[in-house]
Amino acid sequence: MGRVIYLDHASTTPVDPEVLEIMRPWFTEEFGNPSTVYSLGLASAQAVQQARESIAETIGAEPEEICFTSGGTEADNWALLGTADACQKKGRHLITSAIEHHAVLETVEHLEKRGYEVTRLPVDGGGLVDPDEVRRAIRPDTILVSIMHANNEIGTIEPIAEIGKVTREAGVPFHTDAVQSAGKLPLDVNELGVDMLSMSAHKFYGPKGIGLMYLRKRTRITPLLHGGGQEKGFRAGTHNVPGIVGMAKALELATNRMADDAVREAALRDRLWDGLSANIDAIHLNGDMVSRLPGNLNLRVDGIEGESMILMLDMDGICVSSGSACTTGSLEPSHVLLALGIPQEHAHGSLRITLGRSTTAEDIDLFIKVFPPIVTRLREMSPIWCANCVCKQRN
Amino acid sequence: MYSELVMEHFRNPRNMGVIEDADGVGEVGNPQCGDMMRLTIKVKDDILEDIKFQTLGCGAAVATSSMVTEMAKGKRLDEALEISNRAVAEALGGLPPAKMHCSNLAADGLQAAIKDYRSRQAAK
Repeated sequence: MGRVIYLDHASTTPVDPEVLEIMRPWFTEEFGNPSTVYSLGLASAQAVQQARESIAETIGAEPEEICFTSGGTEADNWALLGTADACQKKGRHLITSAIEHHAVLETVEHLEKRGYEVTRLPVDGGGLVDPDEVRRAIRPDTILVSIMHANNEIGTIEPIAEIGKVTREAGVPFHTDAVQSAGKLPLDVNELGVDMLSMSAHKFYGPKGIGLMYLRKRTRITPLLHGGGQEKGFRAGTHNVPGIVGMAKALELATNRMADDAVREAALRDRLWDGLSANIDAIHLNGDMVSRLPGNLNLRVDGIEGESMILMLDMDGICVSSGSACTTGSLEPSHVLLALGIPQEHAHGSLRITLGRSTTAEDIDLFIKVFPPIVTRLREMSPIWCANCVCKQRN
Repeated sequence: MYSELVMEHFRNPRNMGVIEDADGVGEVGNPQCGDMMRLTIKVKDDILEDIKFQTLGCGAAVATSSMVTEMAKGKRLDEALEISNRAVAEALGGLPPAKMHCSNLAADGLQAAIKDYRSRQAAK
């Protein structure tokens, strides 16, 4: 087996060498705690502040509106739990969508058990939330709307700016999970009209274990972590200085090359879909082809199951994912695909292929070459395929 | 995640396919759950002379299907009926906990095929 062809960039990405280089001294020589007063600590504090300013500028925020977290999951949990706690006197109703990441969906389930009410908005066949549905769902006791910027499985980009207008008119705080879009789409918190936004560095060639929440001034929220008073008391815990420095660099690099990467990845993605759809019968695209992240392809193949495709591709050194990596080991088909109206038996046969900086045209052509025989073999093995294909031929 | 033996059976499944003039057919599972197995058997003098499977499902489902055919082939029917789902999983060197339920297809499919064979015989 030759080199690994990594096509799972929505799961995680490798750290950019330039990012790693800039992080390195903050582990060793410059190890001071930014909360101390001597000069070793001061250097760390300055590095954190510089990172904060750089990130804030990139997303159109004020530096004090950036709160560093351990990643996207913490930021999502905090937005929901912290708002629910701070605003419970106003009301106990939250609005989200049916296709959010589990970091949001399991958190709202937790809130439901504690007496909060949650509206999960449906999506259309491509995965889009209708801003008018958001408007209709808002009640006097609604304390938060949380809709993701781009979906982690199907790459659908939600109309966040339009939803932001709706929430602003209604005076309801608005959170967006931008974990998949950060570094891939231009983000401006004012254009989007959001009060809170989560992101995670390892999705854009930064390190794992660091993320942030943009928290608009005067947003009502209580902290999740209590302790040393960091982040103005909003998020306690010693700053992950190398992570913070690395995330800022990673976001800067991703922003600089964003337009070029988007064009290149979308072209490769389309080449992949054209090649696969021309060579495989009964293969379908999941999600919206227009409002979609450039590097995302999510497809389903009738008559076969996702994990077996992944294992077969792995034998050719190709890493892809089925639905969300977080659901591996669970038996339920992806909640995202079900929300699109895809029947359970078909949802099981889905594959998520996410391209990135390392992806080349040769990788794509190899995928187009090795995948059709895998489908043929798995269909030979499948007890449900023949009935299907006879049906399809007759139609 | 899977043992080398599970992967070996997944890569090279034994007895994959359909016996066209089968004496018994067992179908278990359900495509909605993402796994389904069809087992066809050929019986001679109360012995499982041939056995073939088709499986829709994950790596564990395919490997346990393959393993159960290997364990059952050449056995007397009453011996074959004693193969348990657990025995199939153990023969594969174990399965990840989340995948244990997949092994239920294998022995259940075998039992369903033998049951089908016996009811066909009784109807004759």
